[in-house]
Amino acid sequence: MKELWKSIFKRKGIWLLISNLVTALAFVGLLFGDDWDKSNEAKWNTAFMETVSRGEALFHGPELGGNTVQCAMCHPNATNTHPETYPKFQKQIGKVSTLREMINWCIQNPLQGKPLAYDDPKMIALEAYIVYERRNSPLNPGKH
Amino acid sequence: MKEGKLNRSDFLRGAGGLLAASVLPISLVEIACGGGGREKGASNEGFTFAFISDPHLTHIKGTSFVRNFDSGLKKAIETVNLLFPKPDFVVFGGDLAQLGKREELDHGMELLSKVNVPIKFVIGEHDYYLDLGKYWEDKISKLQYSFDHKGVHFVVLNSILTYEPWVRKWKTPEERMNQMARLDNPQGSPFMVGDEQIAWLKKDLEKVDSKTPLVILSHSPLYKIYQPWNFWTDDAEKVQTELGRFDNVTVFHGHVHQVLYNQIKNISFYALMSTAWPWPYPESYQRDKNYIPKMTVFMNRQDPFHERDGTGWAFVNMENGREEMHYKLWENKDRVVKYDDKAGHPIDSEYQLPESRILPQTHY
Repeated sequence: MKELWKSIFKRKGIWLLISNLVTALAFVGLLFGDDWDKSNEAKWNTAFMETVSRGEALFHGPELGGNTVQCAMCHPNATNTHPETYPKFQKQIGKVSTLREMINWCIQNPLQGKPLAYDDPKMIALEAYIVYERRNSPLNPGKH
Repeated sequence: MKEGKLNRSDFLRGAGGLLAASVLPISLVEIACGGGGREKGASNEGFTFAFISDPHLTHIKGTSFVRNFDSGLKKAIETVNLLFPKPDFVVFGGDLAQLGKREELDHGMELLSKVNVPIKFVIGEHDYYLDLGKYWEDKISKLQYSFDHKGVHFVVLNSILTYEPWVRKWKTPEERMNQMARLDNPQGSPFMVGDEQIAWLKKDLEKVDSKTPLVILSHSPLYKIYQPWNFWTDDAEKVQTELGRFDNVTVFHGHVHQVLYNQIKNISFYALMSTAWPWPYPESYQRDKNYIPKMTVFMNRQDPFHERDGTGWAFVNMENGREEMHYKLWENKDRVVKYDDKAGHPIDSEYQLPESRILPQTHY
């Protein structure tokens, strides 16, 4: 058995293979680690802004509700949504609640629609739009 | 909204119908304080009128309409009909419909047919931009007119016109209506009264003595507050100039769905809440500059869990041609705002001093 291993490691090819593997791993590490540039950032920003636009369209359309009422009718530019204050105690719900719970409350009540799953892409798009409209506001969880 | 559980008076307030009798102590007998100040009109007979605005009745399909908005207008009508003594008339401040549809206007007129005093109609952009006011003019009211009542000269203006190229740029009337209906529309276009109507106003006012109290009724504010949401009339200054020679001018308007008052030179301005839903103050959108009048004490931030919170109606007590605006907020304490001789502008009877304000009046 020992002889077999010796004969393998004596071959040049295997050392070349190992060194290539190490280089490749290092390269992969660089790519997916903390080395990113403007082009990566542009791509991620595009993906984010597309989600914001989808959220804006949902916010200004009848699709979420059952009665043609739209979120933006009460919340122009997503005002009075205060995403920076969540989670917070909602006295009407009787517990500390999240923005997504309030989004669903609005969909079910004034909009007379069906609630979204919390990981529904529509829910994420709504959250993205609401938070984006409120960008640069200091986080203030619990504020009333 | 008031803190705590629903109490009996909340229940009665919410119950509507015959139970609305429980809110009857709405006293129209309150008399404005006398005193000097602005010139009094030739005739000093006091009177009251009620003010209802912005029901935004929304057609879903067939015979169904959005329940919440219907109930706001119904509640206002029931309450106004219970007033004693009766107001001389009701001013309707515009936006009867959400998308200008005949179904919505017909439905609104059916509800308003129960009002037991005459109605003076003002048109809003939601009533106008589907057919450019045709159905309104045929079935409901003229778009601009004036009348005299007990020594006060009233003028109704159609202040929601806009630039012709914008009106023509849309493929269909429905598209035009939808674009105008979106408040935060980056493709929106500012309201205006227009030169033609201003010329008409000038002519109408020629025969009116400058000591006669003058009341202007419009849908949009006849001054500039916040352009991105069209809380704005582009040629407001031109209108204000026409009103300049009068001693006592008051503008009542709808559109902004909130308590708002202002004074520009000789003109006092009062906005009214909607019966359907409240709008945030432009203060709440921190990205653009706004010209919200500094003297306005904001109404409370509304509690969405009480669907009539932040909505309501008003009655106006005209005594010696001077106004006393009674804001009737269904889920909140009523507010009384009137012109103050010393301050030279309208003030709130309870909350005007910064130290008297309450936490829910802070908007952010």
